Amino acid sequence: MTTLAAGRTRAREIAGTVVDPEMPMLTLVDLGVLRDVTESEVGVSVTITPTYSGCPAMATMRDDLVHALSDAGYAEVEVKVSLSPAWSSDWITAEGRRKLRAHGLSAPGPSPTGPVQLSLAPVRRAIDCPRCGSADVRLTSEFGPTACKALYQCNDCLEPFEHVKEI
Amino acid sequence: MDDLDLDHESVYDGLLGGDSSQWAFGTDFEDPLAGVDTMIPAGVDGAALAAYCLMLGDDALIYAHRLSEWTSNAPDLEDDIALANIALDLLGQARLLLARAAAADASVVPQMPEGSPVPPEDALAFFRDEHAFRNMGYVEALNGDFAVTIVRLLLFSSHRLALLQRLATSVDPVLSAIAAKGVKEVTYHRDYAGRWFVTLAGGTEESRRRLVAGLRTVWPTYAELSRSTQVETLASEQRFGVDPAVLTEEVDAVVDHVLAMAALERPDLPPSGTGPMGRIGRHTEEMGHLLAEMQVVARAHPLGKW
Ligand SMILES: [Zn+2]
Repeated sequence: MTTLAAGRTRAREIAGTVVDPEMPMLTLVDLGVLRDVTESEVGVSVTITPTYSGCPAMATMRDDLVHALSDAGYAEVEVKVSLSPAWSSDWITAEGRRKLRAHGLSAPGPSPTGPVQLSLAPVRRAIDCPRCGSADVRLTSEFGPTACKALYQCNDCLEPFEHVKEI
Repeated sequence: MDDLDLDHESVYDGLLGGDSSQWAFGTDFEDPLAGVDTMIPAGVDGAALAAYCLMLGDDALIYAHRLSEWTSNAPDLEDDIALANIALDLLGQARLLLARAAAADASVVPQMPEGSPVPPEDALAFFRDEHAFRNMGYVEALNGDFAVTIVRLLLFSSHRLALLQRLATSVDPVLSAIAAKGVKEVTYHRDYAGRWFVTLAGGTEESRRRLVAGLRTVWPTYAELSRSTQVETLASEQRFGVDPAVLTEEVDAVVDHVLAMAALERPDLPPSGTGPMGRIGRHTEEMGHLLAEMQVVARAHPLGKW
């Protein structure tokens, strides 16, 4: 039993080193997509959840998990995808948010709750420039290079930056 | 030499050191529903569930393909990216819905040659003939100019958001999970289209003229979104799906609100068509061209690995 419990921790630690292919400063733990790591006699089973339905990074995450755990000696590595509950940007950890900022990205605010509202006014987020800290920033596009990001520009230092969207 | 051998002699083999999992998408496919319990809930007819998932999946697939035609053609880079992202979200929803259809009733999936690595949802997307698609004619229509695209996207995403919100309480846990995720995505799509609708209406004389023309082009097809079929009625009775007819009031309220913000009236135009023809496999002329482009590569290599 001790070996199993120790193994579970070890497998979790290894899975926790795998990074998001599109935001490699974040581990899957930081991003909140690593839902479960369970070890059995034959190997290890990892559960991840997609950030967006069409997120092309899922297959890479799966492959990287299989690699990391196989290299660590696990014979059978199974990666399951859990659709429910749907991923929320609230699951990005405090450490993940710190890393985003350190790499020039703006972290998401609280994800919307309650009934879905139509919002025709320009999006207003209380965010500041990850480079100079100025709160005088403007949205350049609500859709960015990947599904999870919006594009901003700082009006003070003029730095363009990416904001991870609330979802 | 067959396709399989060709693929095994890929020039990239040396680069990969024989390790195919280095590729971003892998060369083997994963089941998008792996680890999800796809058992059919009690009281639900598997064939009806599959037929219903094909409808919603095909709407998303065909519309995703159509919207993706804007890639590198949009008025500016931001909108190029936005429309590509919206298409990608819909493609993701399509993949899950088609995989759900295949898991609920394997008989809907086209027969593939022995040894084909094509997964069921890809077989459904790329190897069905036109008459087997169950999407609405609404999503087949040519994009037109940016204003036409925005009007069509506004009506579509308003309808789909209302639908997905109700579908999130489906007795089928798979559909419920797909819908709950889709709600978050389509909320952004509707906001995007709504903002552009109001912006074009209040912009220049030319942008307003184009928007009004776009509204008149798309409006007659709006009614198709809420036309229901027997499959949807059954889906609603068995509580795994939504009858689109019940959404009319809710969607109308959103559309009327946007029209009011844009200082526009509903066009005085009668609905086109009489029935949900696409839902029974009767498609418009544009559908054939769309499928030809979407399916040609996959069909040329039924044993191919990507
Ligand atoms: Zn700045």
